[in-house]
Amino acid sequence: MSWEWGIIIEYLPRLLDGAWLTLELVLVSGLMGLALAVPISLARSSDNFWVRALPFAYIFFFRGTPLLVQIFLIYYGASQFDAVKESALWVVLKEPYWCAIIAFTLNTAAYSAELFRGAIQAIPKGEIEAAKAMGMSPPLMIRRIVLPRAFGIALPAYGNEMVLMLKGSALASTITLLDLTGMARTIIARTYTPLEMFMAAGLVYLVIGAAMIGIFRLIEYRFNRYQYYKHTPLPANIDPQLRDEHIDD
Amino acid sequence: MDLQGFGHLLVSGTWVTVQLALASLVFGLMFGLMGAAAKLSPFRVLRYMATLYTTLVRGIPELLLVLTLYFGGSQLLMWFMGFFGYDEYIEISPFIAGVGALSVAFGAYATEVFRMAMLAIPKGQWESAYAFGMSPVQTFFRIILPQLWRLAIPGLGNLFQVLLKDTALVSVVGLNDLMRQAYVASGSTKEPFTFYMAAALIYLGLTVLATLTTQFLERRADPAGKGARA
Repeated sequence: MSWEWGIIIEYLPRLLDGAWLTLELVLVSGLMGLALAVPISLARSSDNFWVRALPFAYIFFFRGTPLLVQIFLIYYGASQFDAVKESALWVVLKEPYWCAIIAFTLNTAAYSAELFRGAIQAIPKGEIEAAKAMGMSPPLMIRRIVLPRAFGIALPAYGNEMVLMLKGSALASTITLLDLTGMARTIIARTYTPLEMFMAAGLVYLVIGAAMIGIFRLIEYRFNRYQYYKHTPLPANIDPQLRDEHIDD
Repeated sequence: MDLQGFGHLLVSGTWVTVQLALASLVFGLMFGLMGAAAKLSPFRVLRYMATLYTTLVRGIPELLLVLTLYFGGSQLLMWFMGFFGYDEYIEISPFIAGVGALSVAFGAYATEVFRMAMLAIPKGQWESAYAFGMSPVQTFFRIILPQLWRLAIPGLGNLFQVLLKDTALVSVVGLNDLMRQAYVASGSTKEPFTFYMAAALIYLGLTVLATLTTQFLERRADPAGKGARA
């Protein structure tokens, strides 16, 4: 088996161009998905059946079907309707870039909304009751107590979801976008070195994924810092009257 | 929904999808069990290899795995077979490449599920089995595996859902699965939305079926749920 290191090095800059597009897709659709997921998860955890039903159907559909089908539904499917083609929406829907963004956004919003719903339901009842007892109105309580708490609880799982999103973004290459995978496929079509190029692309994905995990760990450390608080022991020679038997042991 | 006589294509595609998912499940479970055994083994080399396997595979997109095995698989296999003196041309079909990629991906995640389940079984179970005079192999198959199964089912069920949805990726290398047949049908009828929606609904049906099966297996594997003593 011949292994062409030279070709990997020669085409690495082009591969990294593709990596930029991948990062852009993940970042843009990740942020938009987050913005979409918050209201959906709040509606999904409502006590009212009718408020809950629509987000449930949305999450059920997007979590139960492959991402590839969703991308094709938006990219190829939209062109079936003349009404769409003649409307202003067509400017957006004829671009593979925006179709990928829309599909990824809707997909990640469904998964994150389900995560946030779990987190909202995991908030200890006492904290909600305490907020109510303080006389907070529901919007104020959601803003100050529910959302920050739910975000802190969901963060580790949300980091995983973003890594899955990164892996899912490879599907953008199926609708002609030159992301990391798409770029690798283009280069392979020219040089016919599938193993070398796919391995190089895979390593770039690994590096991006590792960086994302690191960043999320930092955010988590900062956001949930109360969990990581280390109690510093008091010096041994301190005045015994200053000791608090409940705090240090 | 008017399928214009392309319904049978979708049905045959669904059958291919189901076959692909089940075949990948079988091999994926084997990879997962082997991975977990390696991760928990006393030999450092095996542990490193298993960690390398799970880290690599879980960080690489499944689509990239499918493409690598399809376009580079024959090269890789011929190189490997070269050591045994076999140097005929080997071609890899999309189905084989799909089963390979999906089961390797499934196995990497299943390794973690099995490892966690294995760690959740109390040490006393092993010790009491030894005290009865069972060999380690007997203990594993008679005492540990049935309990492992019960603890691993929920995690494996989730992974199977992911696997089922990932089968759609194999259509990219030309396997005539559900996704590909929807593509073919939408090409000749110029009604992509109809056929992709039909495919989406069939996938939805399959995932619901998989969820129900998982729930059934979960209940069946749980003695407490059946009213017996746990």
